[in-house]
Order: sequence, then C-alpha cells, then structure tokens
Amino acid sequence: MSMQPKVVFEKVNKVFERRGADLEVLANIDLSVAPGEFVCLLGPSGCGKSTLLNISGGFEQPTSGRVLIDGEPVQGPNPRRVFVFQEYGIFPWASVWDNVALGLRHLSKGEQHTIVAQVIDLVGLTGFESTYPQELSGGMKQRVEVARALAVDPDVIFMDEPFGALDSLTRLSLRSELIRIWRKSGKTILFVTHDVDESIQLAQRIVVFSDRPGSIKEIIPVPLEHPRDLGSPEYGQIKNHLYDLLGVSHKV
Amino acid sequence: MSYWPLFLSLIAIGVVAAARWQSARQQSVLLPLAISCLVVVLWELACRWTQTRVFPTPGQTWLGLLELIESNRLWGDIAASLFRVTWGFILAVAVGIPLGLVVGWSTRTFRALNPIIQGLRPISPIAWIPIAILWFGIGDGAGIFLIFLSSFFPITVGTMAAVRNISLVYQRSALNFGLSGLELFRRVVLPAALPQIITSLRIALGVAWLVIVAAEMVGMDSGLGYLINDARNAGSRYDLVVATMLVIGAIGIVLDLLIRRLERFDEVRWGYAER
Repeated sequence: MSMQPKVVFEKVNKVFERRGADLEVLANIDLSVAPGEFVCLLGPSGCGKSTLLNISGGFEQPTSGRVLIDGEPVQGPNPRRVFVFQEYGIFPWASVWDNVALGLRHLSKGEQHTIVAQVIDLVGLTGFESTYPQELSGGMKQRVEVARALAVDPDVIFMDEPFGALDSLTRLSLRSELIRIWRKSGKTILFVTHDVDESIQLAQRIVVFSDRPGSIKEIIPVPLEHPRDLGSPEYGQIKNHLYDLLGVSHKV
Repeated sequence: MSYWPLFLSLIAIGVVAAARWQSARQQSVLLPLAISCLVVVLWELACRWTQTRVFPTPGQTWLGLLELIESNRLWGDIAASLFRVTWGFILAVAVGIPLGLVVGWSTRTFRALNPIIQGLRPISPIAWIPIAILWFGIGDGAGIFLIFLSSFFPITVGTMAAVRNISLVYQRSALNFGLSGLELFRRVVLPAALPQIITSLRIALGVAWLVIVAAEMVGMDSGLGYLINDARNAGSRYDLVVATMLVIGAIGIVLDLLIRRLERFDEVRWGYAER
C-alpha cells in the first residue's frame, strides 16, 4: 500500500525583489515528506531554507510552483500546521497557561484544562503554568512554544531553527526532548537548521541545500535508531559526508 | 540677618561628601535632598545680595504657601485644574487608543488618516485657546477640550506607532492559530502594543499638565494657572506666584508616579528594559 505523502513541494521557486533587482532565493525545490516523518532542512545561512518553511507555513507565497499538504495546496496559515519560531513566538503578555491555550479557544474550559495540563506535562513545565515568559529561560520559552503547538494537535510542525538562540547544553537536552515528544505524538516535523550535528541527531532524512539560490543538493537518510550514539562510526561518516557536501573542512 | 543658609549648606555639603559610605538606596534619597537644600540656599543668598523687594525669598514663599492653604483658595483651584485634566485625558484615551489601534493595524486607514493626524499634531494646544473659548466659552468646557487636544495626539500617534512596531513573529503566531477580528485585537494587537501605549499615556499626561496651566492663565477664571495670574495682578504677590509654581510641580510629579504604576503589571513588564 502506498501512503499519500504529507507534504509535497512541486517545483517551488521564490524570487524576492530588492531595490529593483531580482534576488533568486529558491530554485526548483521538489520534495516529498511522509506522514510522521522527521525531516531536517540543512544549509548555510541565507540559502532560502527558512523561506521554504515560511512558504509551507502559508506566510509567504512561492513565485512559481506549489506546496501541497494532504494533497491540498497551501492557501495560508492554518492551525493544523503550526510554526515554532526561533525568536520566541509565544506572547510575553500572557502566562504560560494562556499561551499554551491560545489555539484551544473554541473548546470548553474543561476540555482546555485537560489538554493544556497534558501538554505542559509533556514538555516538563508543570508548576510554571502561571509564570510569565519573561521569567523563563530561553530553553523553557521554547518548551512553551512547543507545548502551544502540540496543544492544537497539528498534523505538521514547522520548526525554524527553534534552538538557535540557546546555549549548547540546553540545545542538546531539548533535542532529546523533541525526539521523545515526536516519537510519542507521531507528528510530521520539518526542521530548519544550519547545524550539522543537530540535523544528524534529529532527522530521519536530511535535505541538504546549496548556497543561494537554494536548491536541493542531496537528500541523506539517517538510518540510526534513537537514542543515537554521537560517537558511533556511522554518525561520523554521515557527518563527514555532510561537511563535504556543504564544502567545509571537517578538521579545525 | 540669620545664618541658616550657612548651616544648611554645611549639612548639605557634608551629606554629599559622605555619599560614598551610604547605601545605594540612601544615596538616591539623601543626595537629591542635599542638592535641593543647596538650591534653596543659593536662592536665599541671591535674594540677599540683590536686595530684591519683588522676588520672594524661600521663607516668604513658604509663608505664601501656608496662606494659600489656609485661605482654602488653593484646594478649589487644584480641584478645578485636576477636573479639566482628568476629563480631557479620559476622553483622549477613549478616542485615541481605539483610533490608534485601527489606524496602526490597517494599512489603508493609515494611508488615509496619518497625513491629517501628522498635520494637526504640530499645532500647539495653546494656539487652539481662542477657538476653544469661541466654542465652549470661558470655563471647564474649553479646558477639557484643550486637554483633550493636547493628550489626543501623543496617545493616538503613540498607539499607532506601537501597533506598527508589533513584531512579525507575534503577528504570524496570531495568524497561525487562526485569530482574527476583535479577538485578534483583544489577544494580540492591544497587549503587544500596551507597553508603548502606556509610555504615550505618560507623555500625554505630562503635556496635559503643562497645557492646563497655560490655558488657565489665558482663558479661564479658576485653576492653578489662573491663581498665578491672579496673584500677580492683585498686588504683585510673587510669593503666591512661586508657591503656586511649586504646587504645580509637586502635583506633576504625583501624576507621573501614579501613571507609572501601570508599567508594573505582569502583562506589560516585558515591554520595558530592566532598570
């Protein structure tokens, strides 16, 4: 039985106009993501991978080509597909609880309560429900944002360098948290990063982008079981291969 | 001739000199107090050296203040000024914040209305005094109208700017979770703009307090501004003039402190840099 892909990119192109000149950002992106798959979009800064994510989230329109989710072209933002931003998209004026409940406005108080308590527990923030984001560390803010996304039970989660602003230890622990949550919830995740290690630790497939205009250089499967051993030879091979693809030396 | 300026300045200088042994909290109370004492001393000495008969000494000003308090005149004028400022300010808030939110959010409304708002804004509220009297006569109506004008522009323009500065990531979050219409305003636009709106309220109230005094000096028959004019006209009572000025300053500080309390709520604290 062939499963229908969750997200399909068909010949997606994006050209920005900057001061009268055309800037080609994405060139002919073709990609298909299976339901429940964890895919990383990896590439150098400015290669258009975030733009591609914005297009799939419905925040921007492709210049040509289209993005299909469940066979339907993306028309605009939709709570079925939630975005997690690098620069903290949670609202600083609302408590953790109110932030997480944002997408549950149509439910009764009782239903809201059950779901919010459940996802807050899932991301390990029980006890911080009435706290305001200002009093939370960067890592905790991102947990709130992940909880807010999970609360609406979306099909797809788009993550745009969500751990980019965090210190390396927090990043590492949030990655394993994310994997735990992903395995438990079975969501399709598209994760943009420029961090080679991050992509190998998380993804089932890594989509490697070229410099601008971004096009897909290669799609690399990561056939490693979670939890992944960061010291294993397979891990090292994939890493070397990615560094070669990105054109950087792997010796410092 | 008394020697209190000498003693007072010695104490003040002593406090300033000993500042390094005081805690931060003590310093921020004691140092301004000491400097104020030195200013009063300079004021007294200037009066003595110039042998002025018109400008009041600190002592005469103090007696003038007591006279104003005892005569009951002061309370009535304070009430008159505060009444006009309160109502004019409330009306400006009620009109300016909703208008600023809508004009700031909707690009088309912004294009249509912003030039008019920017064109009226530089006209000093003082320049409106003749029109205000023409429309409302001498009295509270004209005062309230002038305070409305002087608060309306800072509040509207501040709210507009606040909305236009809302971070893209909050707007996208709101869109992503399907917020629209009134709910979008209540849950995102208003709270995101609120810290900057409160700052504009603070500016507006400060301007209102400046304008009401000027307006009462020119076109009203009560209030602190009128009291200043009246004290000068009724026998050059400059002691009462300066005493009233000090009262105006003190009330201005209190108003600012009151409105700054709004900055402390959890919902807006994120919008201000830690001090």
